[in-house]
This record gives sequence, C-alpha cells and structure tokens, in this order.
Amino acid sequence: MTIAAGTSIKIKKTSQPGHIRTPYYIRGKTGVIERSLGEFKNPEQLAYSLPSSLYELYRVRFKMSELWDRDIENPNDTVEAEVFAHWIEEYNNAT
Amino acid sequence: MPHDGHDHLSSSGHPFRKDNDTPLTYWQLMEISVRELMITKGEFSANEINKQIEIMDARTPANGSVLVARAWTDPDFKKRLLNNGAEAARELGFDIGPMHLIAVENTEYIHNLIVCTLCSCYPRNLLGFPPDWYKTKEYRSRAVKEPRSVLEEFGLDLPAEINLRVHDSTADMRYIVLPMRPKWTHEMNGDDLARLISRDSMIGTSIIDSNP
Repeated sequence: MTIAAGTSIKIKKTSQPGHIRTPYYIRGKTGVIERSLGEFKNPEQLAYSLPSSLYELYRVRFKMSELWDRDIENPNDTVEAEVFAHWIEEYNNAT
Repeated sequence: MPHDGHDHLSSSGHPFRKDNDTPLTYWQLMEISVRELMITKGEFSANEINKQIEIMDARTPANGSVLVARAWTDPDFKKRLLNNGAEAARELGFDIGPMHLIAVENTEYIHNLIVCTLCSCYPRNLLGFPPDWYKTKEYRSRAVKEPRSVLEEFGLDLPAEINLRVHDSTADMRYIVLPMRPKWTHEMNGDDLARLISRDSMIGTSIIDSNP
C-alpha cells in the first residue's frame, strides 16, 4: 500500500554495510511524505548485481530542527530526500 | 636572462604545471580491461563508445535554460514540467535517456537548492557535467546543514522569511530548479530569456538578477 502524501513517518535507524542510499543524517528522524514516486529496484541489491524486487520510493520532507541539534539557521527550512519503502518504519494516518 | 636559476618557471615566466600522466589506478585499469574485452567480444565498438562520450560532452546547461525559458513563457508547459519534468524535457526534443526529472519552482516565498550528499547525482542528461564544487565534500555536507551560509558564499543572501527547501538526490530522481522570472524581462522572448538563465540558477545557488 502506498503511503499518502502528508503522512508523518519515521526513517529506520539501523547501520548496515553495503550500498545504502539512505543518508545517515536522516536515519531515525521523523518526516512527512511529500509525494510517492512509483516503484524502483533497490540499489542495495543492484549494486551487487543481485536480483531486486520493486520497492515504492518516496520523497520525504524533514524540518531542519528535526535533523540537527545545534546551530540551526532557520528551523522552518527543510530538506527533502528520496527514501525506499523498506526504510520507512512507522506511520499513522492521523495528519 | 631574467629567469636564470628558476627552473620551475617556463620561459614566459609562468610556473610549469606538473605532468599528470601518473600510473593507472586499479579501477582505471579495470575500466580499460572490461571495455577492451567487451569490444573484442563484439558487445559494442570503440566508435560507439566515442560517439557516446561525444554526446555526453555536447550536453550543456543551455538545454536547461531553454526548458526554463519555455516554462516562463508557456503556463501550460510549466504545469506539465512541474507534473513530470522528464516528459516535459522530452517534449522539447531533448534526448535525456531514462532520466527521471523533478522540477522545483522558486516563488516569492520559496527558494530551492539541489545537492547530492551521497555522491554527485546531477541531471547530466539535461545540463551536462556538474560543476566541480558540486562534487566536493564541503558542498555536499554543508548544503543540508547550513545551506544559508553556503548560499551567502555564492553571493545570495536569502531573506529569513523565505522558506529554503534543500533537495537531496539520494536515489533515482534528478532535480532542476525553476528560477523566478524577474519582472523586467516581461517583454523578452524565449531565446533572449534562455540566455539569461544560468546553470547555477538551475541548481539554486543563484537567482536571476532582479535588475537588468
């Protein structure tokens, strides 16, 4: 099931070796789905020539104040990143 | 002889630049080996590779400028561009391959900035090669942490009331900023507009001058 735009979600906080496209600075952080982008193969497998099934890819919007603890220039500025579904940990539809 | 004893200077008085023909690295050697092997096996020819390199080298930010100018002058096209950037680029006849493109629009209240923190993802198929600074660790790390300071160093002092949106190209999408069209350009045609639209304004590290 595709997660709707506007839904609050959390990025999984795990560390694992390999070709990970989820940058460290958003792991464990809460954000909002900006849009879903359709299904794409998982680079974590593709990078090693392994077969990959399709995963939904999302653009997730994070507030600077969520990403960083100190020296925030403007708390309302945002960073958006593309995150694969299997990195998205939990969400609720109560937006 | 003015430069006697200065053997690090050329006869014109400029310092020599060191030759750069150093031994091949492991991965350079690997690339050459795989390429030659594939040519030998008939997968493709050396000419086909050269042609592909020429196509890549020929791509410049000018294609992006044409795209932006069209969006400025054609509201329906702008709608299509914001809805599906790649399809809009193809509509203009640009061969962008399988690239997925998202256009993000600057407004009175929003400024957009593009970065790839993990490597150097860039809409090469539309804008050509990225500038060297785009690939530096400094730009990649600071753009998501202190983007306003970064913009200031590019000469862009973003007012506090403008919402800054940084876009990290972490996976399959590539991004282009649709800069704001300055009011003084309202009588200009698409060709003249395209000449105004700089590479950096499509990355978001600059804006188009608000005065002629």
